[in-house]
Amino acid sequence: MENKETYWSENLRLIFICLAIWFVVSFGLGLLLVEPLNAIRLGGYKLGFWFAQQGSIYSFLGLIFWYGAKMNKLDKKYHSEG
Amino acid sequence: MEELKLYTYIAVFGTFAVYFGIAWWARAGSTSDFYVAGGGITPMQNGMAIGADWMSAASFISMAGLIAFLGYGGSVFLMGWTGGYVLLAMLLAPYMRKHGKFTVPEFIFDRYYSKTARIVAVVCLIIASLTYIIGQMKGVGVAFSRFLEVDYDNGLYIGMFVVWVYAVMGGMKGITYTQIAQYVVMIFAYTIPAVFISLQLTGNPIPQLGLGSTLADGSGMYLLDKLDLVVTDLGFKEYTTANLGGTLNMFAYTMSLMIGTAGLPHVIMRFFTVPSVQAARASAGYALVFISLLYTVAPAVGAMARLNLMNTIEPAAGQNLEYAERPQWFKDWEKTGLLKYEDKNGDGKIQYTADKATNEMVKVDRDIMVLANPAIANLPNWVIALVAAGGLAAALSTAAGLLLAISSSISHDLMKGVLTPDLSEKNELLAGRVVMTIAIIVSGYLGLNPPGFAAGTVALAFGLAASSIFPALMMGIFSKKMSGKAAVSGMVAGIGVTMLYVFQHKGIMFIPGTSFLGDMGPNWFFGISPNAFGAVGAVVNFVVAFAMLQVTGPAPAHIQEMVENMRLPGKTSAAHAH
Repeated sequence: MENKETYWSENLRLIFICLAIWFVVSFGLGLLLVEPLNAIRLGGYKLGFWFAQQGSIYSFLGLIFWYGAKMNKLDKKYHSEG
Repeated sequence: MEELKLYTYIAVFGTFAVYFGIAWWARAGSTSDFYVAGGGITPMQNGMAIGADWMSAASFISMAGLIAFLGYGGSVFLMGWTGGYVLLAMLLAPYMRKHGKFTVPEFIFDRYYSKTARIVAVVCLIIASLTYIIGQMKGVGVAFSRFLEVDYDNGLYIGMFVVWVYAVMGGMKGITYTQIAQYVVMIFAYTIPAVFISLQLTGNPIPQLGLGSTLADGSGMYLLDKLDLVVTDLGFKEYTTANLGGTLNMFAYTMSLMIGTAGLPHVIMRFFTVPSVQAARASAGYALVFISLLYTVAPAVGAMARLNLMNTIEPAAGQNLEYAERPQWFKDWEKTGLLKYEDKNGDGKIQYTADKATNEMVKVDRDIMVLANPAIANLPNWVIALVAAGGLAAALSTAAGLLLAISSSISHDLMKGVLTPDLSEKNELLAGRVVMTIAIIVSGYLGLNPPGFAAGTVALAFGLAASSIFPALMMGIFSKKMSGKAAVSGMVAGIGVTMLYVFQHKGIMFIPGTSFLGDMGPNWFFGISPNAFGAVGAVVNFVVAFAMLQVTGPAPAHIQEMVENMRLPGKTSAAHAH
């Protein structure tokens, strides 16, 4: 019983971290902070523009696989028959 | 010209023969095959099929064209249509797979223990999917009209017929395997011209890098800086900073697309076809890998197409193209009625400016850009032919997936689940096929006057899904106490508010001239456009549901226990009907 609850709360903590990053890379850097970031250059890209059209997508990819790997470990740790 | 036609026919008929062959080889024998492919598809295969399903006419044909003209504002599509997979992988897919059912309304029926909830979910799903298919039909019409050199309406009729043959035959098992083939065709068709054009313009073959590189013309100027310069000279907004209706609107737009992604039935259904919870998470990741291949190339395609278009019409400042000397692609697209020129000042030259009074490119349908792009860049004919095949694959695969979602929700959820529970398996399949036929006719009819460009229309569909299905699913998993009555109130309020706003601006079910509240300013709610309103609808949904929860009291104990079980890791049974 105790296991069930720690599994779920660890999962929630992971989700919270991931979604915070998800929000920052897209809505934060690509949208709300786009103007100040555009002052910085990444080659021909303005940085804010780059996050909106490239960087956010790469970050999403990283997030999903990181979360998947973490959860697989967690699933093993709390192995149950469900 | 003859050579181009020949190649196009070979590419289109060749790929179609492969799809139909696969669909025939893997045709559905049982309802389980028909809806979830018997539950035995690997995450990698599933990811690819989701990719094909996902990359519709909106992504393939329309999106880069919209980005080409919106610039930075087009980012809402890029972030919105990829970010939703993060939500899917973390908030919905694993738990719904653990629970193990066929369809989204079935899940909602179990979780909210009420037939009303199931019916409301079916209705929301049908409205969203139908809107989505209208967008696909626009893409189908554009692709077929160009390919067969007929006008848009006739292209659409032919496309409807092809979609019908294709979708009615297959079922999920056939569609899954066909979609893997379609994904491969699509991704090659999309990236090969992009690689060529990037190489031509910047000398860098990787479009994602080419977009940030300097031009190969010896000027040493960055491509994006040059584009900013060219468009602002003609009075258009600066490409890299052009906003789409203000920051708030872009925020709502992106959010609406993201949560809509996670609420669309034809995508969620895919996660029922994998063997385990772990595979469901992995599927979301693989799907995004395959989707990102296209989505990170799209901004390069958009920017480069815009630059090439501008350079074709006005090679150097003041030296405009003579209309009589217009290139072949220009003439070809004029035949479809999607590109129109009007010599306003009578000088026989083409002026393309932001000023409506002097602009002579009176119609440049955004949805033609991707298909026209390789011809504008003078690429070899086989590349142009490949793009035509890819565009058709994109429209066809998504239309088929959506039709399947609609038909399963009516034949499986509404008829078998609620109205006529003793329906035989055979008749259920028959009903599913009849529903598909009706859905194609309705969406085709509405596609004659679509409420916007393909991607814009599809965005409306996402808004409708965002405001109804996503909140109900998420609360169902993350709030044990959420009750059936409260969730139903939330869904009705969310989609109701969204539909009210959308139909007021676009006409009831997008039929022009049926706005019911008279003259209301455009985007009057804090400047949020109808396409972006799903985010507001979702907030309304959550608020109403939690308020009603206080009134109705929590869900019964056995439901709360079921939710607990959904959250745990462990073995899953294959998806099954009750």
